[in-house]
Amino acid sequence: MQTDEVNLKKRAESAAEKKAAFGEDFELGKFEEGSRVSKPIEDLQTLDEESKRTLFQVGVIPSEEGRSGSLLVLDNAVSHSSLKDKNIELTSTQKALKKYEWLKDYSWKLVAVDTDKYTAKTYLENADGYFVRVPAGKKSSMPVQTCLMLNSKKVYQTVHNIIIVEEGASLDIITGCTSRKGVEEGIHMGISEMYVKKGATLNFTMIHNWAEQIGVRPRTVVHVEEGGTYVSNYICLKPVRSVQMYPTVKLEGKGAVTRLNTIAIAHPGSELDLGSRAIFNAPDTKAELVSRTITIGGRIIARGEMIANSKGAKGHLECKGLVLTDKGSQLAIPILEANVDDVELTHEAAVGKIAKDQVEYLMARGLTEDEAVGMIVRGFLDVGIRGIPEELKNEIENTITQTAFGM
Amino acid sequence: MLKIEDLTVEVNGKILLHDVNLEVKKGYTNVLFGPNGAGKSALMRTIMGFSEYRVVKGRILFNGEDITSLPMDERARRGLGIMMQRPPDMSGIKLRDLIKVVSKGKKDPEALAENLNMNRFLDRDVNVGFSGGEIKRSELLQLAAQNPNLYLLDEPESGVDLVSIEQVGMTIKELLEEGVECPGESCIRGKSALIITHTGQILDYVTTDRGYILCNGTIMCSGNPLKMLEEIKSKGYEECLECKLMK
Repeated sequence: MQTDEVNLKKRAESAAEKKAAFGEDFELGKFEEGSRVSKPIEDLQTLDEESKRTLFQVGVIPSEEGRSGSLLVLDNAVSHSSLKDKNIELTSTQKALKKYEWLKDYSWKLVAVDTDKYTAKTYLENADGYFVRVPAGKKSSMPVQTCLMLNSKKVYQTVHNIIIVEEGASLDIITGCTSRKGVEEGIHMGISEMYVKKGATLNFTMIHNWAEQIGVRPRTVVHVEEGGTYVSNYICLKPVRSVQMYPTVKLEGKGAVTRLNTIAIAHPGSELDLGSRAIFNAPDTKAELVSRTITIGGRIIARGEMIANSKGAKGHLECKGLVLTDKGSQLAIPILEANVDDVELTHEAAVGKIAKDQVEYLMARGLTEDEAVGMIVRGFLDVGIRGIPEELKNEIENTITQTAFGM
Repeated sequence: MLKIEDLTVEVNGKILLHDVNLEVKKGYTNVLFGPNGAGKSALMRTIMGFSEYRVVKGRILFNGEDITSLPMDERARRGLGIMMQRPPDMSGIKLRDLIKVVSKGKKDPEALAENLNMNRFLDRDVNVGFSGGEIKRSELLQLAAQNPNLYLLDEPESGVDLVSIEQVGMTIKELLEEGVECPGESCIRGKSALIITHTGQILDYVTTDRGYILCNGTIMCSGNPLKMLEEIKSKGYEECLECKLMK
């Protein structure tokens, strides 16, 4: 074993009990390890109807129509991987690590193994996940879809994903994270390391759809080089026990740009601690962090942080939260940090109820109060996901309409 | 069509309008004049049913039905429609989608927008970043989709540049004349309206029937709107109290 690995292992072991900076602390010992073996699924369409519906609800299309490739992780096993578009590479992280010696220069280089007990566990488990790479100048014709599913009761899932978009290349990816129907308790830990190289573009859409007693701890760090663009859309509209994440985008090259959108609904019993962080380490980098959250009884903590370490950095943070019931709460925590001059960081945060003048404006046009509220809420969330694929947007709008509000 | 009887209205515990009497007959277009702060917009918004206006006395009749305590959507469904002076920004709601919902999918947003030269606004968020004139056109577009029987128009010409004012004026004229019937010599317009105007410019485009002057929270007089406008232009509202003589 190389010294690097020995060091990492030591660090991970020392962090095995380390609580995360935020969010409920889960005792991992209470959960069993999710199975690392699974019968390969050749065709997602052969899944039962219930599972197919589960996939569909997180933007993963079982027929794979309109997708470049698909990868499915059930508990801790990659059980399906298929690829139509030969411009890109899609395989499991473990296979990729075996195939490419150089990949070790990317693995665990962005996310520190000793961040907390969840990163430590994922490292120590030698977790599998998806690996996507787009060679220089290539473009995925359609989005790649991946699904991370908790498939068994009361287990923990550890996932390690690596995405590399080489110079001038472009990738759209949709990741659906969900649990099989009937799996109501469990822990998902997901490490994602993403590299957006010079002039490259990565559009990352993640949809969460868990169950009432599931804890979710994604750990994501993105590295963006000169002229690169990273866009993320995060969507979480269904009940869950606790999601805590703080994806971080490091803008490391001149003119790199990022936009992180978050839309979420907190149901009774849910705690969503959703942050996003942009670090401006190169000149003329730009970031926009937009969060639109609603509580219908749960607790939402919307964190946003921008750290400007280089001249010409420009960032805007927008946290807006609606409180639709007395039982819910919204906490918006914007942080702006400028460490050099000639930077421009701004923020706009607002939490509260739906504006009455908006409701009455629509009622004056003949909409009932419920219809007016529904339309305003859809519009409110819609602003948070502008720019995502149209078909996905329709699905999300349907979800908002039908599930979250029972309209 | 609309009859207001002895209406007294308070906002936050303060009386804003008192003992207001006013009528708009079917097919009539009546005008409401009055100085700033007289309570014109408050009266119009009370008729529409906005919740901050609390009726403490009197009643509002629409087609003979007492609508004083009806929710605003019920009023809208019975045929009341308002063009607001300062509508709220509706972030996230595209004008196209609102038009579809308001017309219950019966009207094509593109075709309606064509008349008002508003097509390029259909995919914008309603009122967000709209200029004064754009807000008016957007309001009229929504009203065209809603197709009310009684139009409540709150200063349709305010903040509109001289080029757009003709468009706004002509559109209002068209809307009000929809379904006009001319039995014998006199024509009955299909729609009724109550228009608040400050400058009177709108009267160059629409035929009006009766004018009211609202001062200090109540109707001081009524009469021929054009004559009233002349009087106001020459003497201002200083004559408010004296205008009782014009009755």
